[in-house]
Amino acid sequence: MSLQSYLVISIILFSLGIFCVLTRRNAISILMGIELILNSCNLNFAAFSRYVTPPDDISGQIIALFGIVLAAAEAAVFLAIILAIYREFSTISPDETDTLKG
Amino acid sequence: MELNPQQLVFYLFALLTIGSAVVVVTIRNIVYAAFSLMVTLFSIAGLYVFLQADFLAATQVIVYVGGILVLILFGVMMTSGSLDLKLKLERGQLFWGGVVSLTIFGLLLSVITNTPQWENVDIGASQEPTTRKIGEMIMKEEYLLPFEIASILLLVALIGAALISRKEVRDE
Repeated sequence: MSLQSYLVISIILFSLGIFCVLTRRNAISILMGIELILNSCNLNFAAFSRYVTPPDDISGQIIALFGIVLAAAEAAVFLAIILAIYREFSTISPDETDTLKG
Repeated sequence: MELNPQQLVFYLFALLTIGSAVVVVTIRNIVYAAFSLMVTLFSIAGLYVFLQADFLAATQVIVYVGGILVLILFGVMMTSGSLDLKLKLERGQLFWGGVVSLTIFGLLLSVITNTPQWENVDIGASQEPTTRKIGEMIMKEEYLLPFEIASILLLVALIGAALISRKEVRDE
């Protein structure tokens, strides 16, 4: 258990999230990939707060808390947009909702 | 290599995190992917406990597992029609997605292994809960302004989400 092991877990989660965002053809699956990426970020903040900064300084944890707040707001707006898109197009595949494509 | 119980539990949580994240990314049924994401989020909360971030772990469980995951499942049910929606994958996209994510992984891994100043600065276990400290730092010290901005952001997201997702009503 060292800083490196947390960082390795975090980069594995990050790459899996990138892979999910790039390959999935469903907007909700893309949201899951984004959540994985945000979680890897928060894990990094908490790990650096534990191992690098002095013990009584827990700023990293507070930044991770704000990250969770941002993720919650982002998920709510994301799903509202998905519902609006589904009502308009009857699909949530990013490939088929291409009205703005020139 | 000798493993003490603490390390054993840590590696269990790490394995659970990575394994369920792999399932989230690869499984074709989106409902199973959502439940696998729940396992991922729970085990990340476990890792937070190992990092002595108890308040963060509780917040992770409450907000992610109790809020965001329910929202995701709700979105799946609203948009899929039937629950056994299969996800389509294309071969070319799989290849290029794999190339890009593996490149990023290799780059970050080389940064982590080649940075010398990140030697282990283990400060030992402290028994003190962090809730009081976090509360003081948010309400009294330098994080008051970001806290207020976050509250305004949540209000904006609430109003925006309600406005976007409602049916359009035209009154003359």
